[in-house]
Amino acid sequence: MSAMIELTEVTRSVRLPDERVLEILRGVSLSVDQGEHVAVVGRSGTGKSTLLNILGLLDAPTTGRYLLEGEPVDRLSQRVRTAHRGRDFGFVFQQFHLLPGRTAVENVAAPLLYARGRTFWNRTRLAARMLERVGLGERLDAMPETLSGGEQQRVAIARALVRSPRVILADEPTGALDVETGGEVMDLLDEIAQETGAALVTITHDLAVAARAARQFRLADGVLVPVEIDARTADWVGDVPTSAGPPLVADRGAATERRLPTVAP
Amino acid sequence: MTGLVGAVVEAWDELRIHRLRVLLALIGVAVAVASITGVTAAVQMLTQSFQEQNDRNNGRQVTLQINAWQQTQETTGGAAIEAAFASTLDRYGIDYSSRMLQTAVPVRLPSGRRPVNMQAVDPEISILNRITTLQGRWFTDDDARSYAPQLIVNEAFLATLGLSDLSSHPTVQIGDVTPVRAEVIGVTASNWPGEDPSAYVLYDQLTRWYSPDPNIGQTVPTLEVWVPQDQADALSVRITRDVQAAAPGWQVEAYDNRQMGGGAIDGAAKWIGIGIGGFALLLGGLGLVNISLVTVRYRIREIGIRRSFGATSARIFFGVLMESVVATVVAGVVGVALAVVAIRAIPIETLFGSGIQDMPPFPVSAALVGLASAAAVGTLAGVIPATVAVRIKVIDAIRY
Repeated sequence: MSAMIELTEVTRSVRLPDERVLEILRGVSLSVDQGEHVAVVGRSGTGKSTLLNILGLLDAPTTGRYLLEGEPVDRLSQRVRTAHRGRDFGFVFQQFHLLPGRTAVENVAAPLLYARGRTFWNRTRLAARMLERVGLGERLDAMPETLSGGEQQRVAIARALVRSPRVILADEPTGALDVETGGEVMDLLDEIAQETGAALVTITHDLAVAARAARQFRLADGVLVPVEIDARTADWVGDVPTSAGPPLVADRGAATERRLPTVAP
Repeated sequence: MTGLVGAVVEAWDELRIHRLRVLLALIGVAVAVASITGVTAAVQMLTQSFQEQNDRNNGRQVTLQINAWQQTQETTGGAAIEAAFASTLDRYGIDYSSRMLQTAVPVRLPSGRRPVNMQAVDPEISILNRITTLQGRWFTDDDARSYAPQLIVNEAFLATLGLSDLSSHPTVQIGDVTPVRAEVIGVTASNWPGEDPSAYVLYDQLTRWYSPDPNIGQTVPTLEVWVPQDQADALSVRITRDVQAAAPGWQVEAYDNRQMGGGAIDGAAKWIGIGIGGFALLLGGLGLVNISLVTVRYRIREIGIRRSFGATSARIFFGVLMESVVATVVAGVVGVALAVVAIRAIPIETLFGSGIQDMPPFPVSAALVGLASAAAVGTLAGVIPATVAVRIKVIDAIRY
């Protein structure tokens, strides 16, 4: 049986205005099964979000292979990729990204505007039910600005899960929250992911958050390497792995300079 | 189906959330549609008012006036020409016609006997000239058979009698050699302040009791006939020829009132109204484009988030476009409603000097044209921001 998502030797590079090529991801391989919780840690600017965007079909690899349930993603039309993105992936962003001017229930119902049939017509009811599930049944009509950070992230989680995605992609889900609230949000995310059987990929720089995952990876210099984090101490087990790859910035393909990525992917 | 409904719901939500901005942007569109619809309706009412006034003064379009006079001193009598009129009307099946004879008839008034201008007519003249009574009634065909003549007088006549209404069933003595008492059965409005007393009387009644004085007015009636516009020329020639043939020794000529219409006012005012409305619509549309473009930049992140929900670029394009279209259509509906309210609030009597007998219907076609124009402007105004929205890179948008 094939993995839910499988990346093999994926690279992502962009051409800079001065014609140099910036390599953001280099030979990334990652396999995530249904219901599995995987965490990717790394410093800012190491390509974590780019990896998440590729996983969520918001971006495409420059080279390498991406299989979604065994199906090569690069063979899918833009329309099918968009349909997969809406149906199979739920995004949780660091800054919540709730739609302004809309109530909590309208925010959660927003993805269902792109659904079809009964799901579309029952969107408000489904959204209310999901908000109740994340403990915000009393705040259905609250505007985002009247909610606390933790509540806003819970609304965002409800919105990510309302279409019952098979993969939840969480980009620094606790980045804008205090430690205690962040812990509560992660508890909720883990709980719901387990309930629904969705795979959960968490991108974070917080080792405590990453330690909750069954498998952890570290992304450094565009290279993804498996690591182990002690859940009790929230610290690395063994030596901190380092990457040793080709230069990140190449002058028209020639290896002349070594630099950490500084351009936002 | 859900895609279309979803896009409309999405567009409506956007409008609801940004209603103040939308309201400001759409005032111009609403005013433009209101002006297109309202001006068209007002022009129609104005035209109708002019037309009715013209009908009162000159008869309906097209009224042929058949004049006859004797070519020799040898008179054959008015009966011959009246018979010729009757046979001609019968031949062509003309329903609306009236004999008309202008004269002055001695009337005994409280101030003494004095000649009063009278028009001897047939009952149908009220249709040809849109004559309405302020009080009492107009003539009927049966009135011609009554023993005593009836009069329909103007307000000045009634005032001369020292009366303000017909509740006392007033009568006056008319004629000279064989005076007769005539009953006043109706009152028409005076055309201007200080107008002399005048009255209508049925032609058959007048000629029964009084011989018109050749020194004062006509002795032979003219014939007025209301004919279809497209047949006016042919009928004019034929009626002239036939009356002439039926009354040897009489010279017959026909005139029509087509040169006395107000059609030019109708056309000019209508085009001015549409021009003003179109210009306002253009300005409203430009304002909408401007605000839509600003809004799209303001919503870049939101568009990115929607793309992460699975919104296709077509859906984003359609959604932004629909916002503009839905907004302008709503503004158009508001504009039409404003026009309806304004048209109903127009003080017709004050504005046009007299009421409108046949009120033209609300110009539905103008309302539809206004709405369609608004939707078209909304579409054009939406295409630019929608294109901008689609060209935004999803990843950049989310990070914006």
